[in-house]
Amino acid sequence: MSGVSQTRIALRNCGVIDPESINDYIATDGYDALAKAIFTLTPDDVVDIVKKSGLRGRGGAGFPTGIKWETAKKSQSDVKYVLCNADEGDPGAFMDRSVLEGDPHSVLEAMALCGYAIGASQGIIYVRAEYPLAVKRLQIAIDQATDLGLLGENILGSSFSFSLRLYFGAGAFVCGEETSLMNSVQGGRGEPRIKPPFPAVAGLWNKPTNINNVETYANIAPIIRNGWEWFRKFGTEKSPGTKVFALAGKVNNVGLVEVPMGTPLRSIIEGIGGGIRNGRRYKAVQTGGPSGGCIPAEHLDTPIDYESLISLGSMMGSGGMIVMDEDDCMVNIAKFYLTFTAEESCGKCTPCRIGNKRLLEILDRITEGEGTDNDLEELDILGNIIKDTALCGLGQSSPNPAISTLRFFRDEYTAHVKDKRCPAGSCKKLIGFKILADKCTGCTVCARNCPANCISGSIKKVHVIDQEKCIKCGACLEKCRFKAIVRG
Amino acid sequence: MVNLTINNMKASAPEGATILEAARDLGVHIPTLCHLNLHDIKMVNRVGTCRVCMVEVEGRRNLLPACSTLATEGMVIRTNTSRAIRARRTIVELLLSNHPKECLTCERNQNCELQSLAAEMGIREIKYEGPRLKSKKDTSSYSIVRNSEKCVLCRRCETMCNEVQTVGVYSAIHRGFETVIGPAFDLPMIDTACTFCGQCVSVCPTGALTETDDSADVWAAISNPDLFVIAQTAPAVRVALGESFGMPVGSQVTGKMAAALRKMGFDRVLDTDFAADLTIMEEANEFLHRVTHGGRLPILTSCCPAWVKFFEHQFPDLLDIPSTCKSPHEMFGAVAKTYLAKKLGIQPEKMVIVSIMPCLAKKFEAKREELAGKEAGSDVDYVLSTRELARMIREAGINFNALADEEFDSIMGESTGASVIFGTTGGVIEAVVRSAAVWLDKDNPNPPIDFKQLRGIEGIREAEVKIADKTLRIAIAHGLGNARALLTDIRDGKAHYDAIEIMACPSGCVGGGGQPYHGNNIEVLKKRAAAIYKEDEEKTIRRSHENKEVQAIYEDFLGEPYGEIAHELLHTHYRKRDLL
Repeated sequence: MSGVSQTRIALRNCGVIDPESINDYIATDGYDALAKAIFTLTPDDVVDIVKKSGLRGRGGAGFPTGIKWETAKKSQSDVKYVLCNADEGDPGAFMDRSVLEGDPHSVLEAMALCGYAIGASQGIIYVRAEYPLAVKRLQIAIDQATDLGLLGENILGSSFSFSLRLYFGAGAFVCGEETSLMNSVQGGRGEPRIKPPFPAVAGLWNKPTNINNVETYANIAPIIRNGWEWFRKFGTEKSPGTKVFALAGKVNNVGLVEVPMGTPLRSIIEGIGGGIRNGRRYKAVQTGGPSGGCIPAEHLDTPIDYESLISLGSMMGSGGMIVMDEDDCMVNIAKFYLTFTAEESCGKCTPCRIGNKRLLEILDRITEGEGTDNDLEELDILGNIIKDTALCGLGQSSPNPAISTLRFFRDEYTAHVKDKRCPAGSCKKLIGFKILADKCTGCTVCARNCPANCISGSIKKVHVIDQEKCIKCGACLEKCRFKAIVRG
Repeated sequence: MVNLTINNMKASAPEGATILEAARDLGVHIPTLCHLNLHDIKMVNRVGTCRVCMVEVEGRRNLLPACSTLATEGMVIRTNTSRAIRARRTIVELLLSNHPKECLTCERNQNCELQSLAAEMGIREIKYEGPRLKSKKDTSSYSIVRNSEKCVLCRRCETMCNEVQTVGVYSAIHRGFETVIGPAFDLPMIDTACTFCGQCVSVCPTGALTETDDSADVWAAISNPDLFVIAQTAPAVRVALGESFGMPVGSQVTGKMAAALRKMGFDRVLDTDFAADLTIMEEANEFLHRVTHGGRLPILTSCCPAWVKFFEHQFPDLLDIPSTCKSPHEMFGAVAKTYLAKKLGIQPEKMVIVSIMPCLAKKFEAKREELAGKEAGSDVDYVLSTRELARMIREAGINFNALADEEFDSIMGESTGASVIFGTTGGVIEAVVRSAAVWLDKDNPNPPIDFKQLRGIEGIREAEVKIADKTLRIAIAHGLGNARALLTDIRDGKAHYDAIEIMACPSGCVGGGGQPYHGNNIEVLKKRAAAIYKEDEEKTIRRSHENKEVQAIYEDFLGEPYGEIAHELLHTHYRKRDLL
């Protein structure tokens, strides 16, 4: 029932061309935009087109790309750099990987265009080493483009030179933060810097640096080729163009989708995603990666753009979209994400280093049935103070899953705290199983399948679960053919 | 200048000033913890890690750190809103939630920036208690104890070690809640290129970095009737010790210090300054020997053990240019256990030498194999920092402030003004020049004594001193970063000097890692240096070679300066050390 059409700009060539053949890319107008820029546009023209296109960073915060380029262009320096953030680290997100593996030249061309626009002759792609195929194809693409004179000295015989090299990330999530990434390239520890100065003024090796992520760059060549007016036909006034989402979780169709900005969440989840699996009920969608928030059913008709997601306590992030159904406990979900961000914190600033740990301890207590009313209050207060005081984007957004689930699913939190009950039946300390005497036939299947040997009863007699020994695995519930076992 | 508003007050601040600086100029106090700006020694820690100084800035979504946010035109700042106050308080509570609250037994009790902050904010309970970081204390070195459990990750030590001293021992390791500051691979300090200068200890706001405490061993020695325990005191101690007893910065407490040491039970209270004069005799003669025998120039001073370890690690190819002279307190130990022991009729193995030093590197130095004594044990048995001595005086119930001045014992208690100025940057080289001016210009009835061109606070200074028909080209560096710059130029053949004085600590020994905490105020070091020069002026004898006891020791025992016995007792050698 997918009545919603996808629009492919960033993913235009993925699955269409042979990513290891530069000729394939050229055959689909590849490097046309670069040639057009070098021979018919001034650097100012290029910046102007990107600015007017309204393209915003696809990696997280949605900062206008053209303004970044303009600032980097205006910064005076002997050396400038063009950086590509290909350190895609959100669990479940693989849009950048798809572009790198399926259309590497689109990133190379865009970086060369950026170099031309801002006056840089060197570029670095910071790619995570966990993407070996992407690394391989990027290197092939760089070699091919260099051989054809599309990268390197005097590109296409012009006076513009631009060379590219790869730098491998070592697996730290925080290195997706632009200033941490730069420290990492410089051989330092992956830790954020204080901004300002912004990278466009003092970035890599303290030189003016433009940094965009893979998907942002993947939009550049079509914009230069087709003009900014063309790009603005897609999406909304404030968020033009399309966005790639990694749809995952409890929907029927999972995978990458690219839709115009402004598409309602419902169209993606119920349309392209084909609705919730197994006829269960939709509960929430988590957007924006581990530091995003959870959006409940009443907001499903929200059009997706940067501002509306932020107003719902979530964010665009890199475009992760994980759908949850009624079996997912929102407290546990918040705990899951916060565990990830707390572990990935670089430890530099106090709120992220200690605050997130304490926040996690509160969530732990709640899921263990030891939470108090005060914990709920402190969760909100501490979460907001961490957001307000942390040094970088990681810390400033890490409490989002906790805060947004508390905002939209407070009943579930209250059930954990007041009734010591997990409505989704997912927090092990808070669930139990019992056998209904009137339905039990004494078939013994449950007892035979219980890994803890805690169900007793003889054939054709009502069985009983020893609550002390029960490990709450739910195997009995699954195996019982008479619906005689229930949670409670 | 930029114009801005802070708490509804109009303010203006120079271009490049931070919100913190603009607020301070306006009399608005914003609490800080990690921030440290010791401008004079180029130690600026503006990392914005602790987040204690958060303020509200109109138009900005989040609170901003005042210490590291530049004041800009039209900025509207509020430092005292409930949002900012609550955030700051929460940050301190979080830090305390991960801090061993052992204030009663902590070395920094009543002298801890975190403790002061908690008091200033009136924190009465910590809402977010939870498990604390567990980390093993590093007591591997003889100088510095590292207790990561008390660390607030202000990164001051890292900035000091990496940027000012260019030693590069510290960096953050591990991540998230487990993050600690330490040597690469969590190596024990003794196995690193650490020079033990102790400047990290000087700037640590808490008890995470402290000195190794040797006071118990010294008390034990003093109370052992079989042992003859001698105290010797370095020049910089006498101008700083008073601070520990609430006296004004720059107080000269030489006499009270001698009295206190005697009351503590030392059998002899002697002066390292005597050995400083001896050092001048040796070093000057070594210099003349190099000049006349075509030895390598420049000659570099070797009084500073942190500097010695620094060049052993960092410039192993230049081991032949530093003077081979032992540092003064080591010379003292060597002659005490031979010459003095004989004079007093005491068996050298029963003699215990305790050096009171402004320095933590001396603790390491005393354990060097090269400095094992000729007669018994090491030249020096124990080294106490100025801070440790202050604690011991208090512990002994001595009312320091009320003590009447006393003199050092004799022999090896006499000193000159030249030896006193060893305690500050430029002093050693000036002491050399004072004697050289007499020796090289024998016809001058009034040789000059003050060489003010050699004094000052600049990190690297150079001067030419004309004596008779000769010109001495002199350079002075304090702070190991400055030393590195100078040494690199010498190695590259870009700089040519005859003699160079180097001290590892900014300002020299008055700013040593074992001195009373300067409270993040470099003026303290300047006042101590001024007191040093005052002490020098008050001395009747101000040239090392005129020290009567020094003249006597050469006559009775050592023979010629830089001669055979001197070589054996007063000189040492160096070794190559790895960086890791």
